[in-house]
Amino acid sequence: MRADTRMGKAAAQLVRVARALFGLPDYDAHVAHCREHHPERPPPTRAEFHREREAARYARGRSRCC
Amino acid sequence: MRRSLKLFGWIALALLGATAFGVLALHRGESVSAAWLLTAAVCSYLIGYRFYARFIESRVLRPDARLTPARVHDDGLDYVPTQRFVLFGHHFAAIAGAGPLIGPVLASQMGYLPGTLWILLGVVFAGAVQDYLILFFSTRRDARSLGDMIRDEMGNAAGTIALVGVLAIMIILLAVLALVVVKALAGSPWGLFTVAATLPIALLMGVFLRWIRPGRVGEASAIGAVLLLAALVFGGRIAADPGWASVFTLAPTTLAWILIGYGFVASILPVWLLLAPRDYLSSFLKIGTILGLAIGIAITLPDLRMPAVTRFVDGSGPVFAGTLFPFLFITIACGAVSGFHALIGSGTTPKMIEDERQARMIGYGAMLMESFVAIMALITACVLDPAVYFAMNAPAALIGTTAQSAAEAIRGWGFTVTPETLTQMAAAVGEPTILSRAGGAPTLAVGMAQIISSIFGGAGMAFWYHFAILFEALFILSTLDAGSRVGRFMIQDLLGLAHPSLRRTTSWPANLLATALCVAGWGWFLYAGVVDPLGGINTLWPLFGIANQMLAAIALIFATVVLFRMKHERYAWIAIVPTSWLLVCTLTAGAEKLFHSDPKIGFLAHAHKYSEALARGELLAPAKNLAQMRQVLVNDWVNASLCALLIAVVVAMVCFGIASIRRARAGNAASVRETAPVYADMSVEVAHAG
Repeated sequence: MRADTRMGKAAAQLVRVARALFGLPDYDAHVAHCREHHPERPPPTRAEFHREREAARYARGRSRCC
Repeated sequence: MRRSLKLFGWIALALLGATAFGVLALHRGESVSAAWLLTAAVCSYLIGYRFYARFIESRVLRPDARLTPARVHDDGLDYVPTQRFVLFGHHFAAIAGAGPLIGPVLASQMGYLPGTLWILLGVVFAGAVQDYLILFFSTRRDARSLGDMIRDEMGNAAGTIALVGVLAIMIILLAVLALVVVKALAGSPWGLFTVAATLPIALLMGVFLRWIRPGRVGEASAIGAVLLLAALVFGGRIAADPGWASVFTLAPTTLAWILIGYGFVASILPVWLLLAPRDYLSSFLKIGTILGLAIGIAITLPDLRMPAVTRFVDGSGPVFAGTLFPFLFITIACGAVSGFHALIGSGTTPKMIEDERQARMIGYGAMLMESFVAIMALITACVLDPAVYFAMNAPAALIGTTAQSAAEAIRGWGFTVTPETLTQMAAAVGEPTILSRAGGAPTLAVGMAQIISSIFGGAGMAFWYHFAILFEALFILSTLDAGSRVGRFMIQDLLGLAHPSLRRTTSWPANLLATALCVAGWGWFLYAGVVDPLGGINTLWPLFGIANQMLAAIALIFATVVLFRMKHERYAWIAIVPTSWLLVCTLTAGAEKLFHSDPKIGFLAHAHKYSEALARGELLAPAKNLAQMRQVLVNDWVNASLCALLIAVVVAMVCFGIASIRRARAGNAASVRETAPVYADMSVEVAHAG
């Protein structure tokens, strides 16, 4: 699905919502953020990013609902 | 023209909703279709969102274009401005758990109408309001947590007391959820096999995600799901084989010990090994269960066979003791009002919201969606033959252990049933028996199995039943291990007030001590619940409900204080009304659980009955010797003490709240403690100046 078509954009949006529903972090968004704000540093690899996000998910201060 | 068309549309919707409520309330005779319940719910949510939530937004909160913490910090990790639909999904996933699926099922003992009215009115005027206000206030305070905000607005003492309350609630929540799992898996070889199989599956996924394909959660979960389904099918074979079936048929007490051990181990192992993969898998299953329920109900639109109101509103119910007021409002928490959401609403979501004008959709809206899940759970419980419902949810002390005795007891309650119906239902779902499978999860599973298999002409009920049990048990267990970690951090924080070295998360002794304390805490209540002759859910669920509603009352007291500080006194009623209602309900329920003369309700009366018997040297069930009699007394005293602690916490918070409100009213100007607003054009000006 082409990213620039309306269907493509809608599909991408749906995927992002689904990811959020399942609690999955958004690596692509993070890479885009890194490129914009820290162009001098290489963005973290997928593995590094997920490792960090996983640890953060269960870190101090995070709660869990019933 | 467009305006009057819109107005006409809303009036039509209101009329439709009113009609639906009318049908539900006034229907007599044959069963009413679930479609009316769904209609009433959807109309209530739409009207509540469009009118009440918008009123709160435009008159009281008045969000503007200031930069949210996500935009100010924007670190690409925790502070990430997130598109509102994506954030809605994130927030809904964070607040939706097992709660909305259990409470409404238990409350169905009073009929479908009381539960429905409380869920719909409660969410619109209390629950969604709480979620919205807390999310908004946290966003305006740099996304700080509820505890921090209470500390700021109401003082350090209030903050610490609130934290104690939160810890107590966490412990009961974990105990109750563990008990639900024990009730669902005890004496169920198929169920136990499939749930046990998730452990090696999760370990496999953990290893896969760590070393083989790091970060590919979707792939790992797909593998896990396939293996799960295989385990589900294989479980049937295991249950059919007498030898293997006996291996996986465990007594409730054994299961309780296994869960306690599991909770301890899972929360201290590295998160990537067990906790995280189970969590990913259970997130998929949670959404899957909700979708399955929704699609099943939408396609079949089943009839509700439970009457609108049963005789058990008088307090004589087998599922939980106590009259409609206050115990209905305690039994259904998530779906109507849940204090836990205040913790979540001041957690990750405020760090991700990109514009505070989206808080209405995310805070109020996501809670409405969870309420809809609760409505679906209510429907699922009420489509069952009421006799089957009561057979499943009444303790053995009331219906005995054979289909014969159960049928007789239930007939005595006014619901005709034959013993064959009960044994046939058990055979249909692939369980040795359905009697006294309390805790809400098996009832929901039978209901789901009935609904979904009716789409396929009644085939596969056993598969769908165990599918539903597996889903529920899995995401409850994920709450158990992750929740034990959360509890451990809370304990470390509280212990750290006395011994600062215990605060350090890197210290293994502190880690182990705090985890042991947390697990021992919920393990105690779990074990007591397991050996309770009235089934445990009867005792523990009201305690959990009281605790949860008290946390909601605390959150709403905080919100009231903030509204007074904002000098929005004429609108403070939007928080004061739900707070007062919650206080009335929880304090009445707490007082009854302590002082009611009926030993089935009051802990102290129950202790009195047993201590009198003990003095006479008599044994009362479940005690088989004098030591166990003393144990029952100890349990009663512990339960009573916990209840008293919760009451003390909330009364203290009311006092702190009133004091803060008086201080706020004394001043002429607003005394809000929000972070200074930053607007996009301001920062541009600063950039130009610099």
